[in-house]
Amino acid sequence: MRPHPITLTAIAGIGETDYSSNSGRSELHLAAQASLAAIRDAGLTPADIDGLVTFTYDSSNELELQRALGVPALNWTGRTPFGGNGAMATVQMAAAAVASGVANAVLIYRAFNERSGARFGAPETSRIMGGGLKNDFHYDFGFDTAAKMYAMTYQPYARRYGVTSEDLGRYVVTARDYAATNPRATYYQRPLTLEEHQASRWIVEPFIRRWDCCLETDGGSALVVTSLDRARDLKQPVVRVHGAAQRHGLNSRTAYDVYRSDDDRAADERSINEQLHRQSGFRPHEVDAAMIYDAFSPAVFFGLENRGFCGPGEAKAFIAEGHIGRGGSMPVNTHGGLVGEAYIHGINSIIEGVRQIRGQAANQVAGVERVLVTGGSALVIGTP
Amino acid sequence: MRDDDFFWDGARERRLLIQRCGECGQVRHPPGPMCGRCQSVAVDIVECSGRAKVEGWLVSKHPTRPDDHPRIVARLRLDEGVAMISNLQGIALEDIREGLAVEVFFQEIDGKVLPQFRLAGVTA
Repeated sequence: MRPHPITLTAIAGIGETDYSSNSGRSELHLAAQASLAAIRDAGLTPADIDGLVTFTYDSSNELELQRALGVPALNWTGRTPFGGNGAMATVQMAAAAVASGVANAVLIYRAFNERSGARFGAPETSRIMGGGLKNDFHYDFGFDTAAKMYAMTYQPYARRYGVTSEDLGRYVVTARDYAATNPRATYYQRPLTLEEHQASRWIVEPFIRRWDCCLETDGGSALVVTSLDRARDLKQPVVRVHGAAQRHGLNSRTAYDVYRSDDDRAADERSINEQLHRQSGFRPHEVDAAMIYDAFSPAVFFGLENRGFCGPGEAKAFIAEGHIGRGGSMPVNTHGGLVGEAYIHGINSIIEGVRQIRGQAANQVAGVERVLVTGGSALVIGTP
Repeated sequence: MRDDDFFWDGARERRLLIQRCGECGQVRHPPGPMCGRCQSVAVDIVECSGRAKVEGWLVSKHPTRPDDHPRIVARLRLDEGVAMISNLQGIALEDIREGLAVEVFFQEIDGKVLPQFRLAGVTA
């Protein structure tokens, strides 16, 4: 059988700025710095880049970034309509462009001053999420933060399966344990106990506490996607794209996805799994480690169950039994996750996946050949 | 020109209005320019009964910018079949249940008349 075209691409470069709460630089500056790091990591120069991809919310205009980096010409640009869950969709877009031949090397970027600039967790009023969305139908009623949106989606699940704040806390403690030994992480050398999690204040009572929320980070992350053949000739160990998928069912929305039924959302998740399987030939849970989008801790529970690591309602036991932690059967978010390392909307989680495959991770898992990176979109990467 | 002006105009008149496709009759909310089922742009604006059931709820507070009055934000299912985000008033948090029957009333909040919901059958 001929390989799926998307599998003839690779992530050849990764780049990051420092992660802080006060960068002292513009968001475009952070985007350019992370991008240049990714280009150089691959052993390329800005002149080799001919495509740019990012996702909604990013303040750095594609053409301004092109100018900052001195990229001579772009033949491909694109943005996904997701919020942070779109991180893995950007790789699908870049890989599709490379696989089709419209671009040779696509740069993916994401950069924000989420803490020193407009705080990302603050109530939204006029942030533009795309022309078609009617935010008046949410913000005016006080439904105006990502934490509240997650709480609304999470609560039927919590009621059905009896998931408690302590269950969520066990995930956060696990992630912070990884962060504590990752020098890049915001919470490096700062592990968290379950008692500290339980003592933290409510952000959305009675579902989401302070430590269930991801960081608000000043920083940028970037990736370079090129063809598998070309990646073999570049600087780093080859990290192949085995599958990359996004899915937007009818009536889905960026962030405020409250108009659909659980069945609608489940159909999206099944489709993601089927797309990954069709491309890669294996199931999304047949990997050695997973990076699961954790803007808020409940998202990890959904990710574990939706991708087949455990059955419906079993995530709390899977986590409590230690499967996802250090030395566990399926290490998850080994960089500390978005709650422990930084919140660059999941691009930093893709970078951690790449590092695990290259053997360059701070918390290196032995013998990693394949990694799943997942949220609302998903990606499987691995050795060639 | 926006697709949702009618909704806010209706709220000022204390009427809860939604779109119904002028061709196939499917109702939709939030408003949009075209029917996703039959692609017709013909629209009827219909007044809702104002009755709904509670599907989800949370207390709206924020640590860095607290609401003046912490509100209960709820996802409601209108009897007409569409989901809507609004607020519950006059109901204790511990009394809220999935499926609780509520009805609309209108209140000016921050200079804008918004549909709000309270226990069904309770007059103002």
